[in-house]
Amino acid sequence: MTDAVLDSSVPDAGRSVWALRWQRLRGNRPAMAGLLVLVLLVAFSFSAPLWEWVLGIDSLRADLFNRFAEPGGKHLLGTDEAGRDVLIRLMYGGQVSLMVGLTAAVSAAALGTLIGITAGYYGGMVDKVLMRITDGVIALPLLPLLIVFAAIDLRKLGFGGDFAVTPDAAFWRIVVIITIVQWTTVARLVRASTLAVLQREYVMAAQVQGAPARHIMLVHILPNAISPIIVACTLAMGQIILFESVLSFLGLGIQPPTASWGNMLTNAQEMIQQAPALAFYPGILIFVTVIAVNFFGDGLQEAFDPRSEPR
Amino acid sequence: MTRYLVSRLIESVLVLLVMSAIIYGLIGLMPGDPIDLMAASNPTFTAADVERLRALYGLDTPLWQRYLNWLWSALHLDFGYSRQTQTPALTVMMPALQHTLVLAGLAFLLAVTLALTLGVIAALKQRTGIDSVINFFAFAGISVPVFWCALMLIIVFAVQLKWLPASGMYTIGAPREFWDTARYMVLPVITLTLAYTGGFTRYTRSSMVEVLRMDYIRTARAKGVPPRRMVIRHALRNALIPVVTVMALSFGTLLSGALITETMFAQRGLGKLIYDSILNNDYNMALMCLLFATAVTLLCNLVADLCYAWLDPRISIR
Repeated sequence: MTDAVLDSSVPDAGRSVWALRWQRLRGNRPAMAGLLVLVLLVAFSFSAPLWEWVLGIDSLRADLFNRFAEPGGKHLLGTDEAGRDVLIRLMYGGQVSLMVGLTAAVSAAALGTLIGITAGYYGGMVDKVLMRITDGVIALPLLPLLIVFAAIDLRKLGFGGDFAVTPDAAFWRIVVIITIVQWTTVARLVRASTLAVLQREYVMAAQVQGAPARHIMLVHILPNAISPIIVACTLAMGQIILFESVLSFLGLGIQPPTASWGNMLTNAQEMIQQAPALAFYPGILIFVTVIAVNFFGDGLQEAFDPRSEPR
Repeated sequence: MTRYLVSRLIESVLVLLVMSAIIYGLIGLMPGDPIDLMAASNPTFTAADVERLRALYGLDTPLWQRYLNWLWSALHLDFGYSRQTQTPALTVMMPALQHTLVLAGLAFLLAVTLALTLGVIAALKQRTGIDSVINFFAFAGISVPVFWCALMLIIVFAVQLKWLPASGMYTIGAPREFWDTARYMVLPVITLTLAYTGGFTRYTRSSMVEVLRMDYIRTARAKGVPPRRMVIRHALRNALIPVVTVMALSFGTLLSGALITETMFAQRGLGKLIYDSILNNDYNMALMCLLFATAVTLLCNLVADLCYAWLDPRISIR
């Protein structure tokens, strides 16, 4: 009995910081709801081939005799302006949005980490130049710039004409241009963490023992900077999904016939008189995805912040 | 202070210069070439005509030389002609800028008023039902795709209820009068307001929560300052410092951020002008508007930093 009392007086003893964070996150209801919604969305999107097989639908094949079909039968949400099944296309669109969000968030975080750690570790002129560049990029009007990037003809950049028009090219182009504008937050966070960690005795000890820069960065600095990176990455994902959807909506992102929630809305916009529901579904899915990501990211931020009070 | 201002201004000019060079280079990479377009639309064009036109427009010189030529004219405020309207780019931009200023200005005022009210209420009622509801709406505001929001407003208020026009800036053929224009502004202003209120509310709330924890608030409470006065004089004034900075920063992006809203509602503002000129290979126009938008953003950044130092005497500018 006495043992139990002693244990409960130091409830955190012997538990890893990640277990504590998970415990804090689990107590945050909006964040857990966000996580649950995200898991469901992933399951929804990636089960597309299964449903295609079960229902016997080919989501890419146009059927002009069956345009704007009412929901029902094997088309649970009806068909679009080309007679394609709306539900299955929403699933495929979800795959694109989630993949673009994840890939671009991770690659922007990687670029930001590289720049931030370099600036913080080497300091001096390197730091000055890199941080000026960061400030410059932060000051840019993002959306118009993304439109300029997205309008570039890949063939004029020397890519083969065959590659330039494939769905892969459209996907990677979006990932690359979003990375170019999104790395700044992470770069600043990582630079700040690097500067803080460099003051610690264990880093000085490592330096005195002649540890190479790469070792200090990977073993001492990066693990200490990982929490803000994860939070920034999650919150960036929501923003990136919004960027992807608007670019695709404007016809500059994912190109049809590949479905994306953004480009499904392009066609729906012209049809708001005949089929207003078509304009509703993709948008509400983008909205639900981004709000779930944001609630989850906000919860992570709170769980990772040692100053935050337990809920 | 003067030194700080001068160095910041020099920095901003450098960013603009680099930006202009990059955009100049990028624009050349977009599909379609003005001369090719001319040749395609006129069957009597010969290869010799194409060569002659290229020489006439200076397109046969290397890229860096063309850029320097452009820069030299731009420094004399000559941004060339708009390809679509055949008028000087600057005279095309001015009315568009004016329109965006009205649209964005209205939306900004509304968003700030709403956000301050909601943010303060949420902070005062921390961890209650009201706080959760406001918090949810703030999250919804930052998570909703603006173009979809516009689309839904059009479907509900223009297509179904037929209360308001779906797009355009005035009734064609009708005399230009205030109420007519105002009707066309309602939906765009609502869209843009919704887009900015969420973020502002969250900043206001968190800043207010932080301030309410301060010792001086406890002191004010203890010495019996009436709650109303405590909230406004003691808490809000201090909470506003970071909020004002964020708002000043956002105003810079509002001008180009209105792009989606203006495109959705066919409002001829700066954003739509940027979008149209990029898509129609109107290089002079696109370049000038993009640089202008960047310059405004940079200026707002500077104003935000100055505001911060001015409002918070603890911060001194080197």
